[in-house]
Amino acid sequence: MPTPKEEPPVTSAEFIKAYRVMLLARVLEEKLASLYRGGMIKGGVFLGRGQEALSVSVAQPLRKGDIFAPLIRDQAGRMAFGDTVLDTLRTYLGSQLGPMKGRDGNIHRGRPREGYYAMISHLGAMVPAVAGALLARRLKGETGIVGATCLGDGATSTGAFHEGLNAAAVEKLPLVLVVANNQYAYSTPNSRQFVCRDLIDKAIGYGVAAHKVDATDLEQCLLTLRKAVRAAREGGGPQFVVGDLLRLVGHGEHDDAHYVDPALKSAPIGRDCLLLAEEQIIAKAWATRTETAAWRQEAEGEVNSTVDKVRREPGPNPEDDDWMAYSKSEFAEHYAGA
Amino acid sequence: MSSITYLEAIRLAQEKALADDPRVFLYGQDVGNFGGAFKASKNLAKEFPGRVFDAPLSEDAIIGMAVGAAIEGMRPIVEMQFADFSTCGFNQIVNHAATLYYRTGVPCPIVVRLPSGGTSGGGPFHSQSMEALYAHYPGLVVMTPATVEDAYSMLLEAVALDDPVIFCEHKFLYYHLKAEELPETALPVGKARLARAGRDATIVTHGAMLHEAIAAANELATDGYELEIVDLRTVKPLDMDIVLASVARTGRLLCVSEEWPWGGVAAEVIARVTSEGFGLLDVAPQRLNAKDTPVPYHPDLWSVHRPTASAIAEASRRLLNI
Repeated sequence: MPTPKEEPPVTSAEFIKAYRVMLLARVLEEKLASLYRGGMIKGGVFLGRGQEALSVSVAQPLRKGDIFAPLIRDQAGRMAFGDTVLDTLRTYLGSQLGPMKGRDGNIHRGRPREGYYAMISHLGAMVPAVAGALLARRLKGETGIVGATCLGDGATSTGAFHEGLNAAAVEKLPLVLVVANNQYAYSTPNSRQFVCRDLIDKAIGYGVAAHKVDATDLEQCLLTLRKAVRAAREGGGPQFVVGDLLRLVGHGEHDDAHYVDPALKSAPIGRDCLLLAEEQIIAKAWATRTETAAWRQEAEGEVNSTVDKVRREPGPNPEDDDWMAYSKSEFAEHYAGA
Repeated sequence: MSSITYLEAIRLAQEKALADDPRVFLYGQDVGNFGGAFKASKNLAKEFPGRVFDAPLSEDAIIGMAVGAAIEGMRPIVEMQFADFSTCGFNQIVNHAATLYYRTGVPCPIVVRLPSGGTSGGGPFHSQSMEALYAHYPGLVVMTPATVEDAYSMLLEAVALDDPVIFCEHKFLYYHLKAEELPETALPVGKARLARAGRDATIVTHGAMLHEAIAAANELATDGYELEIVDLRTVKPLDMDIVLASVARTGRLLCVSEEWPWGGVAAEVIARVTSEGFGLLDVAPQRLNAKDTPVPYHPDLWSVHRPTASAIAEASRRLLNI
């Protein structure tokens, strides 16, 4: 095991870099919500409002060559790992030019060849996938690699979560598994999801390192995830991170989240991590309000111009799709009349 | 070379795959130092240190990890110990491995070995034939080798394929099916084989049922009837050319499959022959499957639960109006 180190403080550059990614993700998601209401989105919209601080902190310490398998509320983490406004909008708006070419949508996008995995909807499924990817890297003789994946509180109840984390622990893989406990799995509260004192206690059962963080606080998130990623990179085995926060939107944009307990909304856990981060920037005089307003304006400019561009792009043409689920065309079945 | 069993052919194919391709590794329950529940990886952990290792009792994780490793360029061969337990890894197989190429353009070259089918005393949870279930999903290649030669060459082909392969090796054939030598060449993936030439009726089958069908054909031959037998080899893709050509010769079709009848391989072959080759048929096509109950434990029940040579002979006689 590496010797424990005092975690150096978060620098202004590190904080502002993360904040600006959070801001861009927030602005983009606000646009997605408005496009959804305008009927412009193909399929559903699932937003990460309130989860940006934790999400960006997972991906910011990752490097090129690492693996990241985000979940549905990780727009900020995705962008910190290299996803773009363009790819996001192409996927949501169903452009043929996007990475998924209309074959899959919204949050199911990725570029697996670049270590950016495309989640399937079945929660927990990416845990063993990332573990297997890390196993492969080890077999290939690569060292110093980290694989991170994100889940919600609901996914901790799945078999895939249990099997994947346990298998990663057995192999002592450099997996960083981050749970955003946003208090609700769709409408199901924590009280109907688990009865352990805290989700962090699950780490004991798997024999993995545990990190708990107030996920409304960007500085704490950056510190905790930086430490967890480093521990995994240095051979400390799987790192289990639980961030407490409140989902500040519905499960999807179709959901008004009327079931959320008002007491949670007014409690510290219900604070908006983006506003808190901005307050901290101002308080520490890392930037002025004029500068943060300019950053927002810049983000809005990029999002709006990209929407204009993508809306003019063609959607997939059913006649051009080869309708091939196999990499070898000779495996295609031919059904009479089809 | 002394006789090689079907099981040993699988072990030898894995050994060759490991020796030839550094991307190959074996992962599954008890496959490491123990050498596998059926010894299909006997000595391989010692022969290939660090490349053949035990998994926890976690089918979902085993398949999921294989998917991740495949994305990273490896060629994992994973064993499900018994095909029946693959249902615990079903989600990763059908929703992750099978969809990956279509969704992302990145292929998923994993081989999932399913020790399949019934043996005496196996019972409801160690006897299942899952090939139709997996064949239902786009993106999976489903192999069902019926001979020692195919067990060897098809497993090597499975490892070489970029697409995920469900390799349904039949446990009933493990020990008593033998060959003198292993093949150097093989039919391409997706090609069926004419296992027996005949003129009076066509039997389309796969896996252990091939040998029951051959025994039935030998019985009918003593009465002067010649059954033609098609061994499908892979049930997906399904080689309809050879099936239709055979039905064109015989005009009569019996599909024999060890799995359950509803939506099975036999049902698919009959559907395809009926829609694509209706005019070739002289009489209504027939099928013979296992009975539509869980696979029974007691040998006396099991021996009539699945199609047997005598049941196939009887069904063939009915088809021939004898």
